[in-house]
Amino acid sequence: MLGFLQQPVMVTAEVNLNMVALTAVGLLSRLWQLAYPRAVVFDEVYYGQYISFYMKRIFFLDGSGPPFGHMLLALGGYLGGFDGNFLWNRIGAEYSSNVPVWSLRLLPALSGALSVPMAYEIVWELGFSHCAATGAALLLLIENALITQSRLMLLESVLIFFNLLAVLSYLKFCNSQKHRPFSPRWWFWLVLTGVACSCAVGIKYVGVFTYLLVLGVAAVHAWHVIGDQTLSNVRVLCHLLARAAALVVLPVLVYLLFFYIHLLLLCRSGPHDQIMSSAFQASLEGGLARVTQGQPLEVAFGSQVTLKNVFGQPVPCWLHSHQSTYPMIYENGRGSSHQQQVTCYPFKDVNNWWIVKDPGRHQLVVNNPPRPVRHGDVVQLVHGMTTRLLNTHDVAAPLSPHAQEVSCYIDYNISMPPQNLWRLDIVNRESDTDVWKTILSEVRFVHVNTSAILKLSGVPLPDWGFRQLEVVGEKLFRGYHESTVWNVEEHRYGRSQEQKERELELHSPTQVDISRNLSFMARFSELQWRMLTVRSDDSEHKYSSTPLDWVMLDTNIAYWLHPRTSAQIHLLGNVVIWASASLATLVYALLFIWYLLRRRRRVCDLPEDRWLRWVLAGALCAGGWAVNYLPFFLMEKTLFLYHYLPALTFQILLLPVVLEHISDHLCRSQLQRSLFTALVVAWFTSACHVSNMLRPLTYGDRSLSPSELKALRWKDSWDILIRKY
Amino acid sequence: MLCATSRLLAAREASALPAHPRGRAPAPRSRRRELHFPGHPELPPGDFLVGRFTKPSVPTGRRVILRKGRMPPAAGGGLAGSELRPRRGRCGSQAARAAGRDVATEAATARSPKRPALPSSRRFEAAGRWALLALVTLTSFASRFHRLDQPPHICWDETHFGKMGSYYINRTFFFDVHPPLGKFCAFLGSMLIPLAYLTVLELSRSLSAALLTAALLTFDTGCLTLSQYILLDPILMFFIMAAMLSMVKYNSCANRPFSAPWWFWLSLTGVNLAGALGVKFVGLFIILQVGWNTLSDLWHLFGDLSLSMVTLGKHLTARILCLIVLPLALYIATYAVHFMVLNKSGPGDGFFSSAFQARLSGNNLHNASIPEHLAYGSVITVKNLRMAIGYLHSHRHFYPEGVGARQQQVTTYLHKDYNNLWIIKKHNSNSDPLDPSLPVEFVRHGDIIRLEHKETSRNLHSHYHEAPLTRKHYQVTGYGINGSGDSNDFWRIEVINRKFGNRIKVLRSRIRLIHLITGCVLGSSGKVLPKWGWEQMEVTCTPYLKETLSSIWNVEDHINPKLPNISLEVLQPSFPEIMLESHMVMIRGNNGLKPKDNEFTSKPWHWPINFQGLRFSGANDTDFRVYLLGNPVVWWLNLLSIALYVLSASVFAVAVQRGAHLPVEVEGLSQVLLRGGGQLLFGWMMHYFPFFLMGRVLYFHHYFPAMLFSSMLTGLLWDTLLRLCAWSLASYPLARCVHVLGILSLLLGTAYSFYLFHPLAYGMVGPLAQDPRSPMAGLRWLESWDF
Repeated sequence: MLGFLQQPVMVTAEVNLNMVALTAVGLLSRLWQLAYPRAVVFDEVYYGQYISFYMKRIFFLDGSGPPFGHMLLALGGYLGGFDGNFLWNRIGAEYSSNVPVWSLRLLPALSGALSVPMAYEIVWELGFSHCAATGAALLLLIENALITQSRLMLLESVLIFFNLLAVLSYLKFCNSQKHRPFSPRWWFWLVLTGVACSCAVGIKYVGVFTYLLVLGVAAVHAWHVIGDQTLSNVRVLCHLLARAAALVVLPVLVYLLFFYIHLLLLCRSGPHDQIMSSAFQASLEGGLARVTQGQPLEVAFGSQVTLKNVFGQPVPCWLHSHQSTYPMIYENGRGSSHQQQVTCYPFKDVNNWWIVKDPGRHQLVVNNPPRPVRHGDVVQLVHGMTTRLLNTHDVAAPLSPHAQEVSCYIDYNISMPPQNLWRLDIVNRESDTDVWKTILSEVRFVHVNTSAILKLSGVPLPDWGFRQLEVVGEKLFRGYHESTVWNVEEHRYGRSQEQKERELELHSPTQVDISRNLSFMARFSELQWRMLTVRSDDSEHKYSSTPLDWVMLDTNIAYWLHPRTSAQIHLLGNVVIWASASLATLVYALLFIWYLLRRRRRVCDLPEDRWLRWVLAGALCAGGWAVNYLPFFLMEKTLFLYHYLPALTFQILLLPVVLEHISDHLCRSQLQRSLFTALVVAWFTSACHVSNMLRPLTYGDRSLSPSELKALRWKDSWDILIRKY
Repeated sequence: MLCATSRLLAAREASALPAHPRGRAPAPRSRRRELHFPGHPELPPGDFLVGRFTKPSVPTGRRVILRKGRMPPAAGGGLAGSELRPRRGRCGSQAARAAGRDVATEAATARSPKRPALPSSRRFEAAGRWALLALVTLTSFASRFHRLDQPPHICWDETHFGKMGSYYINRTFFFDVHPPLGKFCAFLGSMLIPLAYLTVLELSRSLSAALLTAALLTFDTGCLTLSQYILLDPILMFFIMAAMLSMVKYNSCANRPFSAPWWFWLSLTGVNLAGALGVKFVGLFIILQVGWNTLSDLWHLFGDLSLSMVTLGKHLTARILCLIVLPLALYIATYAVHFMVLNKSGPGDGFFSSAFQARLSGNNLHNASIPEHLAYGSVITVKNLRMAIGYLHSHRHFYPEGVGARQQQVTTYLHKDYNNLWIIKKHNSNSDPLDPSLPVEFVRHGDIIRLEHKETSRNLHSHYHEAPLTRKHYQVTGYGINGSGDSNDFWRIEVINRKFGNRIKVLRSRIRLIHLITGCVLGSSGKVLPKWGWEQMEVTCTPYLKETLSSIWNVEDHINPKLPNISLEVLQPSFPEIMLESHMVMIRGNNGLKPKDNEFTSKPWHWPINFQGLRFSGANDTDFRVYLLGNPVVWWLNLLSIALYVLSASVFAVAVQRGAHLPVEVEGLSQVLLRGGGQLLFGWMMHYFPFFLMGRVLYFHHYFPAMLFSSMLTGLLWDTLLRLCAWSLASYPLARCVHVLGILSLLLGTAYSFYLFHPLAYGMVGPLAQDPRSPMAGLRWLESWDF
């Protein structure tokens, strides 16, 4: 019974000291003096404001990327006890004492540090020697641009970390596929691949390229599994299903999870509310929710409403009218109807109120019980403050002459009859008898006489229209477009018969209570859509660059300058590494084509397993470089040097692979091999030397004299800041 | 047409048996005869041309050897199967193709006294195939030329292209976003259908598939409408289809490389590529497709160890010659003609550089002679080096309230105008440098100058106010009275290409103007100012000292009575420079067609689902209306077919990969599906997906090249699927009808839908479709169709 005691308890541990050492120096290089400089450095100013929003749990919308990256940074702030009170407005501003700089920068720095041993693991798992693996890790370690980027509160290093993690775990999964499929280890790496991919996508959209690459390689391997006729059909199916679940379904779920947490955290209304739909806004605490709290749900004849345009471009606005009329003659000589202007106005105003009237009756109050308005009903819209009716007719609109003018009808007693009947068309109806609902219903107003549709053209009117936005009756286009769709935002049942009382009523805030909630999926899809379509004004930046500048490091970015001395931080890479990595990619491509062509002619220079290893290394490293670099040529946004770092990381991984290949296969004699090794050592020493020379610009810890700075400006296109005294 | 087809079918059924070779077919083969279209063509109609060329070139003896060595002869109508059988052995593709020829050989050898019935039935069949092709062509011409003269007024883009036609006639230079060829005529549209017919026939070796494709295209209202107007699209589509057909043809001559038909089809492919690219840049996609096909072809040849490197070199050279050199030469030739014809100055001048304009007669730079070096007191125009930006310009209007300082506007303007003239002055002296008593003083690199606007006598000025549109730049204004301003009027002039020395040379020197006080550089942002700026382009002073073309200028006109004139002839650009420049301008122009904010634009995802048409003419119920919309039945069938194709092709691919042994018949069909269908699907993708990446304004009609491919895929897919269906039901007596009935019902269905929707293309009058009295009542199946 106590048999197990007969054997001594043995613990056998294998510690790869290479890994330990690499991790240690990685941590040292990234964490050393992490809290310095205690000032806002470059894009920290941008990410910082979102961290503050998270700390205060205020809703925001950021089109630059999905929320996971921001959340990770905010986690650092949360762990450091940040209260979110800091004004992120200027690069170089000193942090106040309540900002936990160290913990805010900790996560990116850790990711940067752990990338170093991961590079080692990847090259090892690809089947290359420990020497090559150590080389790859050392190159990542001394790459100045990567160090700079990891030591600050920025997201690239985290993105690189997850990119590498995805590749590494896929390789581990692949290697365990050969031995024991469906073992716990196999499952672990497979699932980790999926999770790492979705994390990468969750940080920046560009992570999707690495995901697609991994997916592509996995698809090719799965195709081989299908072709493996030693496996039974059921087993093949199991393999495919497992991959589909872990690499497709799981990432989607994890991605949704990010948004779920994001929306859970951000529950208060904030400055970006306006961009979202009324329904979304109503789901946030404060803001519109407070205003619309307790509005009646169903719009009835006699309801007082404000109508918001769903498209809301260029700005969200409400249907509006005021006493002024259209000028008799426009600047270009065309005439107008000279009736009361109808516009779209981007601010809350008492003139935004309209009353829904039944054309058959005169009263402007809601009956008891209220008669709800349904899809297809014909209504008139009465402007609350002027009691004029919304009207359109065959007169060209002021700025969009192909469309009809929309006005509030004034009876000039000329031969221009009122045409003020509108048919209500609920776009998102479930049945044809649907009731018009506050906030939820998206409606179009179709003019009965001319079948024109009430539309926001979005063009600002000239001075006579107070620069408000033009509203027209669109005649030509009858398809669906959001600019023709409106929704009721504020709503109450009208009670006052007399105009004076009604004006008072219009001025008073709305009340009564009904709560409504959007489902998570509806909020997710709206938020995701807005994030993808929100337009950041394409601003030119002093340090913006084009993808062609990146390959040979023809550009840099000045991140920070000490307020008094000339200590400064630059995003500036190790030129030796950049140039040789680009060269290695080229060499790889040429060798690959050469081998491929020769294999096609049945000349096998490499044994089969070596060849497969060589191809896989190329697919992941050179492929990783290509997918992370080439798409930038098609992007129209402002680009910076740091966009190249994920591609560069993959390129650096390829470098030792190519070197080892040359030494093993292309050096014929021992002498050549020794010579080559000596060359590599010399080259690596020079890389270390360059890295050391650029160190002051990477860490910003030492103030250099102007002459030293000038000496560091190796390329004319580099912009190094030299103080003039 | 339909009854003719069925009669033909019957005729073929009768002739099928005698065509069967040698009568040694085992049991499964006889079943194949039922499965395949009765009496499969030994030599498809499209092959006649090939046939005529080839017969003398290959001796019968060699063909027989081929047959013996490689593969058992495919039995009656098995051509589809053997033609596309997977490669076996090293040079498999050759073997398969050789086997394809085999049947023809066999048919030839079968012409023996033992089978007296054969010659007449063969002749009958050949005639039938010709008749069918003629019928298809006739129908398509008839449908395209029916009511061609209506409406008599200009429709939609006809304004654009018609105008260009007249420019050619007047030889006025113009600028367009499309390359020059083919603005002349419009009736190539009808040729599309025979081309598609022949392509599908070649790919599937099945008459019914080809017929189905032809019907789909003939009865598509969209293709019909597009072919009836003076637009570039029918021409483009013609070249695309012709290139596709000749590519497919040359693929099937691959077993006889360097023979006459092989050369013919290869070079014809090249010619058509040049045509496609010459009409519109969308033609690039077919080039990519042909390129891909050629690469994979070469790859197969390269893997064939029986071919020596010399032969491979010949193959490679032939392709380079026919597919790269020939089209390029033709393309350049069209340009040469274009430039030769259009040698007069016209409204498009301003888009081009000064040097370019010097070659247009009527332009003030043509044969002009002006002083060579800039001196103080010269009156000049300054042109931005970035294309389509124009000249530095100012006019007597102020920036409106709230837009920077209320001073005179400075813009860039594309057209020649006296307001483009500036006088170059020293910064510190106001004396008139044209005074004959003073010596001539040249302007040099690094000088501090003032630029005075000649008309208004205000100085070019900048200051720390934000520019009207580009907020990060500084505003540029005209300032001062009668040439006296302040120190914000001082600019340092810098020459970038100083190989001509420090002086500033007209047209050649590239100069920058740097504002002395703020250190910013004069440039144009390329953004269009609102109405107050007369929609001219914004000029700013940018604090970012990056060297971009938009901040580099050159001097174009130059007037200085004190200096001797030189002729501009020496500065004229060479032909390659002209080519390069006009392409740059075209690309910029194409990218410049950006949709405005609230414009309703067509999105690529709208197209395959036929979401929304394009109004060609007329909008109201009293007008004669033509509406470009695909026949929904055809389009939705196409959409369904793509999904079905992907599904069935992946089922076959997985089955093959799993090593499943397919019956010979099914294998033949699966090869048709995977190879032929694969090419068509690739064509569809190449002509559709790139549009998702384009930033310019897109229109519905951009989808039509892709639609052609998708219709061909539909024809091929349904024919194959119905054959498969017939094969799997072969034990039931009804089975042989499944295929015929299926094809017939598809043909009739599309024809009927065309009957329903034909008013869209031929024009409709009367109330709109919502009205029950309208001819189109009840046919508005999607709410987004507004006819």
